[in-house]
Amino acid sequence: MTGANEAGGEPAVRARGLTKRFGAVLALDSLDLDVPRGSIFGLLGPNGAGKTTTIRILTGLARASGGSASVAGVDVADDRPEVRRRMGYVDQDPRFYGWMKGRELLELSARLAGIEGPELRSRVAETLKRTGLADAGERRIGAYSGGMRQRLGIAQAVIHEPDLLILDEPVSSLDPEGRRDLLELIEGLRGTATVIVSTHVLADVERICDRVAILDRGRLVTEGPLADLLEAHARPIFELVPAPGAVAMDDLVARLRAASWATGVDVAAGTIRVTVSDAAAAAREILPIVVSCGVVLASFEQARPTLEDVFLELVGPASSDELDGRGFVRPRAAGPS
Amino acid sequence: MTGFRVLLGKELLEQWRTLRLPVVAAVFLLVGLSSPLLARFTPELLDALGGSQLQIVLPTPTTADAVDQLIKNVSQFGILVAVLLAMGSVATEKERGTAGLILTKPAGRGAFLVAKVVAIGATLAVAVGLAAAAAWFYTLVLFEPLPVAGFAASAVLQWLAIMAFAAITFLASTLTRSALAAAGIGVVAFIVIGVLSAFPAIAPYLPVGLGAPARALALGQPVEDALRPVLATIALVGASVAIAWLSFRRQEL
Repeated sequence: MTGANEAGGEPAVRARGLTKRFGAVLALDSLDLDVPRGSIFGLLGPNGAGKTTTIRILTGLARASGGSASVAGVDVADDRPEVRRRMGYVDQDPRFYGWMKGRELLELSARLAGIEGPELRSRVAETLKRTGLADAGERRIGAYSGGMRQRLGIAQAVIHEPDLLILDEPVSSLDPEGRRDLLELIEGLRGTATVIVSTHVLADVERICDRVAILDRGRLVTEGPLADLLEAHARPIFELVPAPGAVAMDDLVARLRAASWATGVDVAAGTIRVTVSDAAAAAREILPIVVSCGVVLASFEQARPTLEDVFLELVGPASSDELDGRGFVRPRAAGPS
Repeated sequence: MTGFRVLLGKELLEQWRTLRLPVVAAVFLLVGLSSPLLARFTPELLDALGGSQLQIVLPTPTTADAVDQLIKNVSQFGILVAVLLAMGSVATEKERGTAGLILTKPAGRGAFLVAKVVAIGATLAVAVGLAAAAAWFYTLVLFEPLPVAGFAASAVLQWLAIMAFAAITFLASTLTRSALAAAGIGVVAFIVIGVLSAFPAIAPYLPVGLGAPARALALGQPVEDALRPVLATIALVGASVAIAWLSFRRQEL
C-alpha cells in the first residue's frame, strides 16, 4: 500500500459539484468533498442522504449526472481499470457466485489485480486467515452465512492491498467478534491506505475515523477532523444520575427544562441528560436546582458530546412533512438541469 | 480487454461447475447419435407402426438422409440451447449484483462481455463437435464413410449458425435486466429469421443459409455460395457483441 499521507498532495478522492439525478429525484446535489490520503474517513448521513450514491459513482457502478469525481487524480468517468486496481470495495449487501468456493473468489480477485504464482497462494491463505475464513475457503459460497459473506466481501476487497478501501455499511451482517475484527483491520490500515466507511454505527466511526463528512438529502452538511467537529458542533451536555430511590424527579426535570440555558432535557435509563447553550451558567445553576428539588444524586458530570449528538444536531429528526409513507426522508426534488 | 484471460477462466469454470457444459454436451451427443439412427430406421419404424392395413412407401435411406437429419436436429436443438445458454449471461449477473462485484475490480467491461461470449461459444463448440463425431461414426456404421475434413467443416458452419442466435440473445441479455426477456427476444429473432429465409434474395445472408453449404461439405459435394452466409453470420455475431458493448459500457449496475 503506497498511499501514505502526503500533506498538500492530491487527495485520495476528490468530488466537485458531484450531482446525481434519478428522474425527478436529486440524490446528490453539487457535492464537494476531499478525502485526504491515509485518512480513515467516515461518511455519515440518514437513509437517502446520498452516501451509497457517492460510493457507487466512485466505484464506477453509477454515472454522475453532473460535476466530477476523481480517485488518485484520475476521473472516475474515464472508467479505467488501473484506478480500480488501487481500490477495494465492499458492498453493503455483498453478492457472490454461489457455485464458487471462497478460495476461488479470492484467487479471482487477486488475479484481476495482477497477482499470480506463489504470491497469489500466500496472499489467499493469509487473507482467509485474517478475515476468519481459513476453515471455509474450500466451501461453496452458496452455503455461507450472512456474516461469512460479509467477511468474504472484506477479504476480496483487501487481498490486493489497495491504496483506497471503500466500505459501505460493512458491519451490518457481522456478529460482535466479526465487527471487532473488521474495526481492528481498518485501524491496522491507518496511515498506509485511505479508508472510506459509510455506516450508521456512529460508535464505530468515533472509534476508528479521523475525519468525518455528514451528508443530508444529497448535500454535504459538514466535513472535517472528528475532534474539530465534536468541538465545533457539540453543545455542552451534563449528565445527572439520581441516587436509587430519589424522589421529586418530575419536578427536577421540569425545572431543568425551564432553565434559560437548557436546550434539551432527556431522561433515559435512569440518567437525566441536559444539553445546554451556556455551559458556564449551567455548571453554576444545575446543582442548586437539584438541591432545591431535594433530589440526591449518585453522580453529576459534564459529559463529552458524542458523534451521535453532533449528528442529530446537524441532521436532526425529520419533520412529519419530510417523511414519506414508509417513514423515510423524502429526497430532494431535482431542479432544472 | 483488461482481465480477459482471468474472466474467461472464471466463465469456463462456471460453465462446468453449473453443469451447463456437461448437460449441453450430453444433449448434443444424443442428437449426434440419434440422427443417423432415425434416418436409417424411420422407414422400418413407420412400417411397424402402420401394421398390415397401412402401406407407407418410403425411399431407401441414404447417407444424405443421415446428414439432413443431423443438420435439422442440430439447428433446432442448437438454437434452443444457444438461447438458454445466453439468456441469463449478463442479465442475471446484473440482477443478482455479481456484475458489480467483478466490475469494481480491475476488469474492463469489454473483457467481461467477450469472456462470456467466448465461453458460450466454447460450450457450443464442444457440444457440436461431440454431435458431429457421434453422427459421423454412426453414419459410418449404418451407411458409408463420409469425408472427415468435410464433416468437420460442416460442423463448424452448424456451430456458426447457432452462434448467431446465441449472440442475438446475448445482446438482449445485455440490454435488459431480465433473462426471460432476453430469451423472448432470442425466440423472436429465430422466428423473424425463419420468415425472412423464405425470401430467396435475403436467405443467403442469413444464418439459415449455412445449411446448404454445411450439407454439401458433410457429403463431400461441391459447395456453392458459402461465402455470403458465412460472412453475413460472422458480421451478425460481431455486430451483436459490438452493440452489447456499446450499451454495456454506459450502463449503471
